[in-house]
Amino acid sequence: MTGAVIPSGVPAAVSAGLDERPARRPRWDTGVSWRTVLLHVLLAAIAGVAVAPLAWMVSASFMPAGSATTYPPPLLPHPATWANYRELFSHLDLSRELRNSAIVAGLITASSLLFNSMAGYAFAKFSFPARDRLFRLVLLGLFIPPQVAMLPLFILLRELHLVNSFAGVVLPSMATVFGMFLVRQYVLGIPDELLDAARVDGAGELRIYWSIVLPLCAPVLVTLAVFVFMSAWNDFMWPLVVLTDSAKYTLPVGLANLSREHVQDTELMMAASVVTLLPVLLLFISLQRYYIRGITMGGVKG
Amino acid sequence: MVRGDAGARAARRAAVIFLAPGLVLITLTFLLPSIAALGLSLTDFDIYAVASPGNTRFIWLRNYAELARTPMFWISLRNTLYFVLAGGPISVLVSLAVAVMLDSELVRWRGFFRTVYFAPVVTTLVAVAVVWKYLYDPRYGLLNAGLHAIGLPPVDWLGSTAWAMPSIILMTVWKGFGYNMIIFMAGLQAVPGDLYDAARVDGAGAWQRFWHVTLPTLAPTFLFVSITTMIGFLQLFSEPYVMTQGGPLHATLSIGLYMFTEGFESWHVGMGAAIAFVLFGLTLIGALVQLRLRPKGTEGGA
Amino acid sequence: MQRGRGWRASANAAILLAVAGCGGGRGQTAPPVTLRFWAFGREGEVVEALVPDFERAHPGINVRVEQIPFTAAHEKLLTSVVGRAAPDIAQLGNTWVPELVALRALVPLDSLLARSRAIARSDYFDGIWDTNIIDGATWGVPWYVDTRVIFYRSDILASAGFPAAPRTWREWREALTRVRARAGGHRYGILLPINEWAQPVILGLASGAPLLRDDDTYGDFSEPRFRAAFAFYTGLFRDSLAAPVSNVQIANLYQSFGNGEFAMFISGPWDVGECLRRLPPSLQGRWTTAPIPAPDPSDTTTPGTSLAGGSSLVVFKGSPHPDSAWAFIEYLSGPAQQSRFYALSGDLPPRQSAWEDSALRTNSYARAFRRQLQFVRATPKIPEWDEITTLLADQAEAAVRGGVPPDSALAVLDREVDRALEKRRWMRGRMHHDTAATS
Repeated sequence: MTGAVIPSGVPAAVSAGLDERPARRPRWDTGVSWRTVLLHVLLAAIAGVAVAPLAWMVSASFMPAGSATTYPPPLLPHPATWANYRELFSHLDLSRELRNSAIVAGLITASSLLFNSMAGYAFAKFSFPARDRLFRLVLLGLFIPPQVAMLPLFILLRELHLVNSFAGVVLPSMATVFGMFLVRQYVLGIPDELLDAARVDGAGELRIYWSIVLPLCAPVLVTLAVFVFMSAWNDFMWPLVVLTDSAKYTLPVGLANLSREHVQDTELMMAASVVTLLPVLLLFISLQRYYIRGITMGGVKG
Repeated sequence: MVRGDAGARAARRAAVIFLAPGLVLITLTFLLPSIAALGLSLTDFDIYAVASPGNTRFIWLRNYAELARTPMFWISLRNTLYFVLAGGPISVLVSLAVAVMLDSELVRWRGFFRTVYFAPVVTTLVAVAVVWKYLYDPRYGLLNAGLHAIGLPPVDWLGSTAWAMPSIILMTVWKGFGYNMIIFMAGLQAVPGDLYDAARVDGAGAWQRFWHVTLPTLAPTFLFVSITTMIGFLQLFSEPYVMTQGGPLHATLSIGLYMFTEGFESWHVGMGAAIAFVLFGLTLIGALVQLRLRPKGTEGGA
Repeated sequence: MQRGRGWRASANAAILLAVAGCGGGRGQTAPPVTLRFWAFGREGEVVEALVPDFERAHPGINVRVEQIPFTAAHEKLLTSVVGRAAPDIAQLGNTWVPELVALRALVPLDSLLARSRAIARSDYFDGIWDTNIIDGATWGVPWYVDTRVIFYRSDILASAGFPAAPRTWREWREALTRVRARAGGHRYGILLPINEWAQPVILGLASGAPLLRDDDTYGDFSEPRFRAAFAFYTGLFRDSLAAPVSNVQIANLYQSFGNGEFAMFISGPWDVGECLRRLPPSLQGRWTTAPIPAPDPSDTTTPGTSLAGGSSLVVFKGSPHPDSAWAFIEYLSGPAQQSRFYALSGDLPPRQSAWEDSALRTNSYARAFRRQLQFVRATPKIPEWDEITTLLADQAEAAVRGGVPPDSALAVLDREVDRALEKRRWMRGRMHHDTAATS
């Protein structure tokens, strides 16, 4: 280890974090050090930055029309009003788009759970020739940008008369490489003896899958469901292309459309954004454990 | 897994049943269209051809030659690379820094901070783009109001060719830093404590421990994060579509947006497919380059 | 829990797949009929007001207006046509009509027009009606029109010795020279944004240039009339009569116009309302409109030809209710509805009888438009025209700013246009080959 001074550019908090990491000093013993305070101040500042745009969005959504575009820009509504939300749900039919998003995301999640779990289980527990090579081939798909397939896929959908339909939106997302990967990683951890014992007992493969594997997979299935639902809810480019009838728009598409028509109506657009964001935020907060686990499972080689 | 021949055949049959739905869907909605896109990129398929497929001709690499001759293509390439090469490292480094801070033993309420930092990640991109579009408003936006408060002149965030892409980068970093932060945190947990102890015994300071212990152990995670971030950034589309429509003066025209306008607005399908393939090529090259450049000792398989 | 949810979702999926697979808007056996009408931008907002009267007069027909922002309109239209999910009726900018005709997406309207009592072709401005005729068939009915005329500062021109607007190119040049002589510095005679295609094309139309030749399969920008028009155009910049700026360099057009930074610009009907709104009261009455001057110095009564713009109403081939769709189009084409539409939107009516409406008749700014609308010509009615305008704007800019000699720029333009039209040539060639083979 060559001697080197800490470069002046390194934030003290980072070094504070590193310094204390392996030591087993009880937290409460000599009171709170200045390093701790600094660290928390910094963390709080970052939290502020992370939250500020969202907080302003909520605040502006309650402002009366036109008050957000004044100088200096207000931080809080004076007075607060539900008018924007009322307008969204009565005049602008956001409830329809909300429902469409729920249907599309729900369909995608359900089918994704089914097909990805089946395939992931097969890749993990069945032995057949070229299994691992096939899996690696499937994984390569992660490198192909989805935009590549879009134009031909659209033309294919046109032949199937599925343009401007929910089925057309759902179809490409019903089975995904990432989902299969996630399930496979998890299922690899299920002991083979469990499955072999059931086979010896005469249970069919489908039965084993349904009654043993799926229940054991509950945690990763919840993770997958949360993941897929959120990504389906937030999907923009494909529904934009496939859905031409505004009655079928999902929330992101409707929101983009609204933002071009109602460029001037800041408060209205903020309310629409809140409606779009709220379901996924709530879902995330209640199930964040699973979502985060899904990322780390995918990310860190374990 | 010791079975007879019949058992092996039964295993193969089961594998087919379980794999079929997922793999058929992926083949139909992803693999085949991607191959078709390659084929399309070698033709002059356009709206005439949509009307009657006979109006297509094989023009081999003429689309690619045409692209090389088109200034708009090079502009979109430059913009996309700007986004990836500037935004990518910034995003990854911010995530790493925050992860290191949050990983410190000094931190209280770690779960709370983690949730707050992650919240922007799950938000719908379109909604966020709409909110930030107003934050960036030169007259009424909070950002310029903030600049004014500390005595700095206002910036024409989305309206000036110099600031438009940095504005999108800023928003993208804000939205995404939580994602890689989680992955880094998981990676940091895997650093063995005794390595730190040994380093400390050797007299290494905090920065040296970071450089010589933490970073090398994080290297596989770092590689994974940087490759996946690059892949995601290369596909830039929704932000310019919602916030700037590629402007001002094409400063935010990304390859994804260019492909969308060529393919779905002008219906130069052959050309659009060629652009998508260029995007694919970039993705492959970028991944390969990073894999080549990785420091020794970060061998990690799938 | 998981199981029940999975099965129910699959059943729902199956049902939805079956229903959704039928596509949008297929005819149900039971009335009422619902027409999907796509309208863009402001027109979309405004036309809603006209729907209730129609529905009252035609019980059993519902019209659902779908308003689409202009920036997304073109993409949505083409995507919906390609995806076989097009609406029943749409508002189409008349430069978009050739594209949809090439896609075979529209219903030819000749037989319907022949039977119609509500729509009389003679009542329409001829040049406007012509924009909808492609390959001998009529594909749309004009809904509203626009064209380009001169907006000018009557006070500045008057003090330069021109109490009325110039009527010929010679007078035009003279007026601009005098204005420039009196102004100097950063004040010019006319604003012709360098990166726009419309101005050189209008001058080309005014001089009678065909723009393309041989059934619109080759560029014809080097032929004498267009060369003359282009020389006139570049000459204005060379002699500092036209402001050397592009449209992105003008922060506020109306402010600059009000300040006298230029005495003239060329624009359409929307700018009448904008000027009325944005110019200070002190300036009202000191600006007005006039038709485009004609190239022939001896003819001071006929204006130069200008662009035939505007939007048409079209019926899509996949519509299950073409007769109801046509009824709605006939309704919107009635003179009373056209006047009402004008009052709501400010868009000029394509029927001359609607101009008899008192508001339009007495509007002094509209007078120039009415005169000009009698002298408009369609630009080539081919899908590639959009791309050609971009090429033209680029070469015009090269000639004005980049020091390229005008004739060279036109030669380059012809080459590039020829390349852009290559596919059209190939297809026309095949068509003739096929008809020759079968004759």
